[in-house]
Order: sequence, then C-alpha cells, then structure tokens
Amino acid sequence: MQFSERWLRSMVDPTLSTGELTHLLTMSGLEVETCEPVAPPFEGVVVGEVLETAPHPNADRLKVCRVACGEGREVSVVCGAPNVVAGMKAPLALVGAGLPGEGGEVFRIQRATMRGVASEGMLCSASELGISDDHSGLLALPADAPTGVGIREVLDLDDHLITIKLTPNRADCLSVLGVAREVSALTGAALEFRDPPPVAATTDDTIPVRIGSPDGCGRFTGRVIRNVNAAAPTPEWMRRRLERAGQRSISALVDVTNYVMLEMGRPLHVYDTSKLQGGIDVRFGRAGEDVELLNGQTVELAPDVLAITDDRGPIGLAGIMGGESTKADLDTRDCFLEAAFFFPDAIAGRARRYNFGSDASHRFERGVDFDNNVAGIERATRLILDICGGEPGPVVDTVAALPAREPVSMRVSRARKVIGVQVPVDEMADIFGRLGLTHRRFSESGDTRFEVTPPSHRFDIAIEEDLIEEVARVYGFERIPAHPPVAPAVMRSPAEARRSLHDLRNRLADLGYHEVINFSFVDVQWESDFAGVTDPIRVLNPISSQMSVMRTTLAAGLVETVRYNVNRKHGRVRVFEVGRVFLRDPQAVADDLSIAGVRQPVRVAGAVLGTASEEQWGEPKRPVDFFDVKGDIESLLAPRTAAFERVEHPALHPGRAARIVVDGAEVGWFGELHPRWQRKYELPEPLMLFEIDADALLSVPVPKYEKVSRLPGLRRDLAVLVDDSIPVGSLLERLRKDLPGIVESVEVFDVYRGKGVENGKRSLAFRVHMQDTRRTLTDAEADEVMVLATSLLEREFGAQLRK
Amino acid sequence: MEDLERVVADAEAAFGAITDPVELEHVKARFLGKAGVLSEASKGLGRMAPEQRKEAGQRINAAKGRVEAALAARREALAHEALEARLREEAVDVTLPGRKRGLGSIHPVIRTWQRVEEIFGSIGFDVADGPEIETDWFNFTALNQPENHPARSMHDTFYVEGGYLLRTHTSPMQVRYARMHEPPLKVIAPGRTYRVDSDATHSPMFHQVEGLWIGEDISFADLKGVYTDFLRQFFETDDLVVRFRPSFFPFTEPSAEIDMAFESGPLKGRWLEISGSGQVHPAVIRNFGLDPERYIGFAFGSGLERLTMLRYGVDDLRLFFEGDLRFLRQFA
Repeated sequence: MQFSERWLRSMVDPTLSTGELTHLLTMSGLEVETCEPVAPPFEGVVVGEVLETAPHPNADRLKVCRVACGEGREVSVVCGAPNVVAGMKAPLALVGAGLPGEGGEVFRIQRATMRGVASEGMLCSASELGISDDHSGLLALPADAPTGVGIREVLDLDDHLITIKLTPNRADCLSVLGVAREVSALTGAALEFRDPPPVAATTDDTIPVRIGSPDGCGRFTGRVIRNVNAAAPTPEWMRRRLERAGQRSISALVDVTNYVMLEMGRPLHVYDTSKLQGGIDVRFGRAGEDVELLNGQTVELAPDVLAITDDRGPIGLAGIMGGESTKADLDTRDCFLEAAFFFPDAIAGRARRYNFGSDASHRFERGVDFDNNVAGIERATRLILDICGGEPGPVVDTVAALPAREPVSMRVSRARKVIGVQVPVDEMADIFGRLGLTHRRFSESGDTRFEVTPPSHRFDIAIEEDLIEEVARVYGFERIPAHPPVAPAVMRSPAEARRSLHDLRNRLADLGYHEVINFSFVDVQWESDFAGVTDPIRVLNPISSQMSVMRTTLAAGLVETVRYNVNRKHGRVRVFEVGRVFLRDPQAVADDLSIAGVRQPVRVAGAVLGTASEEQWGEPKRPVDFFDVKGDIESLLAPRTAAFERVEHPALHPGRAARIVVDGAEVGWFGELHPRWQRKYELPEPLMLFEIDADALLSVPVPKYEKVSRLPGLRRDLAVLVDDSIPVGSLLERLRKDLPGIVESVEVFDVYRGKGVENGKRSLAFRVHMQDTRRTLTDAEADEVMVLATSLLEREFGAQLRK
Repeated sequence: MEDLERVVADAEAAFGAITDPVELEHVKARFLGKAGVLSEASKGLGRMAPEQRKEAGQRINAAKGRVEAALAARREALAHEALEARLREEAVDVTLPGRKRGLGSIHPVIRTWQRVEEIFGSIGFDVADGPEIETDWFNFTALNQPENHPARSMHDTFYVEGGYLLRTHTSPMQVRYARMHEPPLKVIAPGRTYRVDSDATHSPMFHQVEGLWIGEDISFADLKGVYTDFLRQFFETDDLVVRFRPSFFPFTEPSAEIDMAFESGPLKGRWLEISGSGQVHPAVIRNFGLDPERYIGFAFGSGLERLTMLRYGVDDLRLFFEGDLRFLRQFA
C-alpha cells in the first residue's frame, strides 16, 4: 500500500514529524517499508510564463526568452530546451535559486552570459528539479498555474511517498482512510472524514440487478449516470494523488473509481450501459463459459468462480477484474457504477489460479467493508459529476446476505495471562474505544469480560485472541517487559550411547574435511549417473531444470563442489555434507516423523581429491587412494567396526568399490569415482567418494571395562604367500575366529607383490598378539599358536609359509 | 719420588691431549694398567724397608688417586663434548612449518545451528528434526492456514510429486513434536526449508530454527525475555537492542516481528529483521492435541543464514551454497 503523506494528513494530522509518524505506523503493525520525499530539496523556483522567444544571435539551438515571473517582473533567459514556446508555463529557477546538484550538492543559479547574451535564471526540466528522470524538455505546467508562485507549492512537492507492507489480516488499511483511522486510534488526533452527502437523482434510469449466488455476493449497489463527458481530463490534484499512490491515470471515469478505492477502500467498477445486455446477474460460473478481461486475457470460468453476467453471459470476474466487452471508455455517454460486496472465501485464490492479481482481488480476498457501498457510490457520483458532468439515477442497493458480526468475548484474566502484563481494565476499554470497536463490559465470577462487536471494515476479529492482539498492539509491544521465564529446573542430558550429527561433523572436520551445504534438488542427469535412479521424486515447479528432482544421493552435489574448487585451482579438496536424501518407498507410512510413500533418511557423504596430505616439505607427495578414505571411514565409525565387501555401484570404479556393513546390515558405500564420470565431469584426478546412513553412525556402545592384564604378552609375526585373488579380509576373519582365546589381535602389517614373489601371488605378513590375564605365556605356547595359524592358512587358502 | 709427580703430570698431559674416548682407555692402561707406570712403582715397594714402604705406598696411592681423578675428569669432559656436538648436530630449523594434517571446517550456518542448540539447550530446550518433504496439512492447514488463505501467498511453495510440498518453514515440527510429547513443550527445530525465490538475497533453500515453548502460563512477556536473552548470548554482547513489532502470522496471535540493532560496530543503529514470533494460535494448540484454555505459549522462527551473516559479517548469501574452500576455510 503506497500513498502520499499529504493525503493521509488531509484526513488525520497528528502533531508528529514524518519520521515519528512512520515509526508509529511501523510499531503498530503497519510496517513502513519506504518513506521518500516526492522531490529533493530545492529553492527559488517559481512558475514562469514564457512571453516571447527569439532566436539566439550566436547559437542555432538556443533561444532567448522573455519570461514573466510574477508581480509584473520579467527576466531574460537563454534556453536550449526543444519544447520552449511562447505562452507556455514552466519552472523558472531565479538568480540565487538552489537546485539539486551532483552528489547532494546545491547547484546555485547565477546571472550568466551565454554566447554573448545575458541570462537571468534557468527554465527547468523535471529532471533538473529531481522530480523525475525526464530531461527531454521543460516541465510543462498547466495553463492555470499561477505565475510567480513557488513551484513546490504549485506541484505540492513538500510531500512524502509512504509505502507500507501490510499483513494479510489488515485489509482495512488498504486505503488512506483505513490508515488514517489507525493513526487516529493510536494518537487520538481527530479523523477528518465524513461520509459523502448523497447526490440527488435527476433521472429514473436503473439497471436491474439480481444476486443469483448469495453465498458469493452479499451486496450489490449500483447507479446509472447518463450523459457524462468521459473524455474530460482528470484534474491535476486527483492525478497527483493517484500517481503518488502508484496508480497511472487512465481516464476520468476509471480514475474516479481508483481514487475512491484508494481513498475509502471501496472498490468500484464502471460499465458502459450501452454495452450491457439486459440486467446483471451475479452468480458462479458454469462449465464452458469464458470471458475476456480488461487485461486482454481470456479466462475460462469454473463453478467456484464468481462472475458478473448480463443476458448474454459473463462480462467480468466478480471482485477480480471487469470484462473487455462492457468497459467504459472515452466515448462512453451513459455509465453504470458497481459497488459490490463479495465474500472473501468466494474470491480468495481464484486470481492466483489464473496467474494474475488485481487491486480489487487483493482487497476482496482479504475482506472489504460491506457497509460503505452506498457512501462509495455517492462519493464517486460527486466526483464524476464535477469532472464529467451527467445526470445520476437513483442508487439501487441490493442486499442478499451480509457477514454476520457476532460479538466476540475477551476475558481480562486471559488477556493478561497471554500478554504477561496486568493491563488495567479501563485501558483495555479505552483501546477498544479508540479502535472504533463497539464493546460492553461484564463482571463475572471475579473476572471482567468484554463483549466486542467488530465493525464492518474489520475481518480479523472473530476470536478472543484477535482482541487480545488488539489490546497488546495498541497498549504497545514496547511497553511489555522482557520477562525472564520461570520454569522448573529439570536436568536433561543426551544418552551416552548416542552421538549427535554435530559430533560426526566435528570428527570429519578433524579428519580434514570441509563441510558444504548443497541444494536438495538436483539435475535429473546427476541422479542417473551417480545413483542409477531414473525416477527420482520430481519438483513440480522447479526454479530451473538443474534443480528439478529431489536427490537420492549426496554424492552428485559433492562431485560438483569438488569440480567447482578444482576450477579455482585447488589441487586438494576434501569436502563432506550431512543432509537428507529422498527415496520413493511404497512401504513408508505416515507417522510421527514421516510421510507416506517417501523415506527421507539423513546421510553423511564425503568426497576427496588430490594428494593424501597437504603438499609440504616434510611429507612425500602421494595421491590419495582408496585406503586413505577407508581409514577415514573407519575413524568415523570408531569405536564400532565395519566389514567391507566388494560391490557394484553406478558411481564407482567396479574394482574399487565397497559396501560398508555394520552388524550385518549395509549402511553405506564408498570407492573411487568411475573413470567414465571422472572424464564426463572433467576432474583431473581420481576422486574418492563415500556415503553412509547417519543413523548407523549415531549409536555407539557405552564403554564396558575389560580386565587389563598386568602380565607380559607375546608377539609373533607370520608371512605367507597366497593367491592374489584371495581377499585379505577372509584370511583375517578366519584367523580371528579360529585361533585360541589367548590371541588378542591379528593385524596385517605388510602386503608385498613384485620381485621375489611369483606372479599372481602376494606376500602377506600378519602380526599376532597373545595375552593371558591369569598367567605368563610361554614361548612354547606362542609357537604352538603360530603352527596352528600356519596350517590353517595352508589348509584353507593354499598359503605357503614364507621363510 | 719426583718421579711420581712427573707421572701424575704426564698422565694429566696425556689425558688432556686425547679427544677420542676409546683412545683415552688405551692411554689409561699406560698409567693405571697392570703393566702401567704406577703398578710398576708398587712392585718396587717389596724391596723397601718397612717404614719407607709405608710412606712410599701412601705416596703411590695418592698419585694413583690423582691420575684416576684426571681420567674421570677427562672422561666427563669428552662425554660432555660429545653430547654438545650431538646436540649441535641435531638442531632443527624451528621456523620451518609444522607437519600439516590438514584441518577441515564446520559450515558457518551449521556452526550457528550448533550454537543455537547449545544456547537453547542451556535452558532445557529439546531439539527436533523431521521431514523436509511435507504434507500440506502439517505445513499449512495445521498451522491455521487453510487452502486459499491469503497468507499462503506469503510463502511461495515448491510442490513435489505425490501431492506433497517442500516445507516452507520448520514450523510443521511444532505440530509433529507436540503430538509426540506431553507438555510442557520446550523445543527448537532447526533445519532446511524451501521457497520459490532466488536472487541475491534469497536462496531457494535455506535454514530456519523454530522455537516452541508451551506451558500453562508462558506469555508474550516470556517470549520477549527468552528471545532477547538468546540474541545477547548469540552475539555475546549486551550492546544490542531488540524490538518487537506487531505483525501477522496465521499460526500465532498476537504476532510479532523481532528486529534488532547493534549499538556499535559497522551496522550500528540499523534495525535488522531477525525473526517472526508470537503466542501460538489456539487453533494450532488444538492441532497439537491440547486444550488452548489450559495451554498457552510462544513460538518463533529465525533464519540461520541471517544470524550467521550478522555474526561473522558475511555479506553474500550465495557463499553459503557454493562450497568455495576459500570461504569455508575461514571457519576452521
């Protein structure tokens, strides 16, 4: 809602500065978004009348003008504007005037000689006065502008454009009168607005009106005005107010309807009666009907879309926009004014369905005063008669059903409890009074109850809280103390067997990964490349095709992040993300934290490219590999351990991919990006990727003490040759399972292939720790274990002991 | 007997001339060994008269003691020199950079998320998170925003297949959490949210933290107290002012927009919108499954990006979602 401060002050004029006024509005819930002066400061500019122009003797493009500047004085001004002509009136900056200059400087007008001719002032364009960007010529003033009078006064430039950001509940403030009413309530300054006096009918002409759908249209007030001069110009004062409210002037008739809407919050529509066929019926649309609107759009009606119709069919969308076929234009002689009330529920959402909105729909959706129809028509009639002439017919007011205005109760005790302040009862009553809310007071069982009847312009007062809000708002949020809450001190602590996502994040950061946040919607191609998913959940209204489906993996986004950084000359990138993925799952049911048909688990994923460690003097340079990342994953899982099994994954190199298994369940995957994607996504080096279900990482065992032996343990090493194809994991698993209980751990400490080892085989070295908590182990016992181990490996895996 | 004096002097000179510990042991034999000068001298004692023998024996022993002392001193000196040499040898250039293991970082918005959890956790708020693909009922209807409600146009909503939408705020978690727990309800719900909006100051995906406190007497004044305290804790300063300004949200009434202004620093005196808030609407309390006559309380929703930008002085929203290491490293 935009309007001029002067217009507002014509209705209510509190003794507040502009700044104080806008602060007051903001703090009462009408947030002032902007407040800008209509014109920058300037002085010494008056209405000048060009009496005569003569060619400049020394310059083709310049003219020497004799300009009257009031009180019989005349000056000679050299002017280069193309539109300067004898008889015109234009702003004249007198010698000594200060105009807005570059960067806030004042530009002083001095007596000057221009190409040998003296110039005593300057005729100005709109841009030279800082009013608009128009510098094409002099700002032409109306012929009746009083010569010699200050231009600020004549153009009403000591004004501000105020824009307020209205919340949807305050439709009553979608007019200058509405805002004025609010200012009056807040400040106590008198509201200077009286309902316009009726204009007597001078003809009997009417248009028959029927309300066919009283659940959509509650009231329809109309009036015929004959013999108007629709081509008459809109007066300057009205044009100015409209422009300062952001409305372009269109024609006198349309301007008047817009003016009354902005002034009183009363939307009107004007028809050309000669284009109407028979009477008007307001009813819901029927299948197959359509109507061409004033904006040129033809829309199809529906049974829940309210239409204005005449005998031929729809001629407009009720409360949204009139139709092209019956619109009043400059040739209109007889017109018909409509001031209707439509129920918000019958209008809301409809314009949006047709992908547009209008000033009318914006208001009717939120609620329009249903008691100012006649006043609005009278006001418009007066203005039309003054501007266009004409003979008005009688006002015909058809009322079908108006919104019920049931009294709403507010208990003083409840209001105080919700607000948290003991607002005095009398102050509450005063607040209701100032807001124009009719109220009664009752004393009941130790409490006081107000019964308030909302006025016809308020659509946001239906329950007790609505009144509590009014009390709090007008009492002033600033006066409500910031209260330190009192609550029982109950201890809470997270379960020790759970860690948080933040703990995981910190662990990954410690491992050198940087956290990123990628969008949850991705390119559909990423889904098929990195997850093999061809039917991800689609976004129906994506902002771009690259963000059109919901991701089922975090991997794609991380690949993109790596690429982004590689392109910025980062040779080593380690990133991770924690976020949800979105999986179709017919088994998923709606529950406390889920919806039907979709699973949305949180995943933890990482991507690594470049050297294993940062390039530095003290460390040999080596590219990161599968096992670096596997180690990171093991650290992330610790103290829990995982098994790793070979897997095929669409994103990964088939020989360098593993699934991560914890307690028998697959919880994630990792490996090297498939070279095909490395090439397609233009990565200079292999990239390691992993993705794990966060849930699997969040539960950790609470430590359980096991006796620490005070006796020395023994260590034995064992080296064997085995076929290359046998996974180390299976040997380890067997050793750990089958060796006697004194074996505490078995680890691989060396893997060798090459010189001295026959082709197709590799040498594996194991280190076995043995320990008994009750007694000291003997060498003989340890040797026995090693013999067992050797024969086990020989038997089960065809291993040869390496000497 | 001048001989003995000379032997001692010789020994001291010989030891002093040696720089190698092994050689020192060889030379030692010359004086103290079985065939050494002093042993030879002792052998002559047997041929002496008893009174002379005693005196001579004493003098030989004294000389022996002095030679041994000289040897020990030289040994010590050599060991000391060797250690000194080794220490000199082993000195490193302490100005060379330390071996880097490479430190990662937590995303600044998540850092804010963590801090918000900690601050509200300190007065007993629980943390909840839930689905991002959400039903219309939880996102709008349950929050007193039925279909066609003009307030729905305040949120430009992403719709997805299956009749669902991407939550436009974390407020649906109010309802989900309330239906899972008994009052008093005291919870924050941080998480990702989505709106159809993309320009320099809007991201189609962003983060909010929702807060909810429902009890039998949690008032608007409590909201002011809690949120003001939160901002002072979050920015670690009392040098800021907070104002609550009437506004409208379908799910709260009275509703307030919360603005804050720093009283020093580059943003001094500028009002910054920081949160929407208010007393939870009775219709919403009913959708919690609670009786609004008995339970009242407040809710608020704040943008985590906004808090992060103000906290660290980040001036471009897009940085949060670009994954640029030069940006992220600053939060290590």
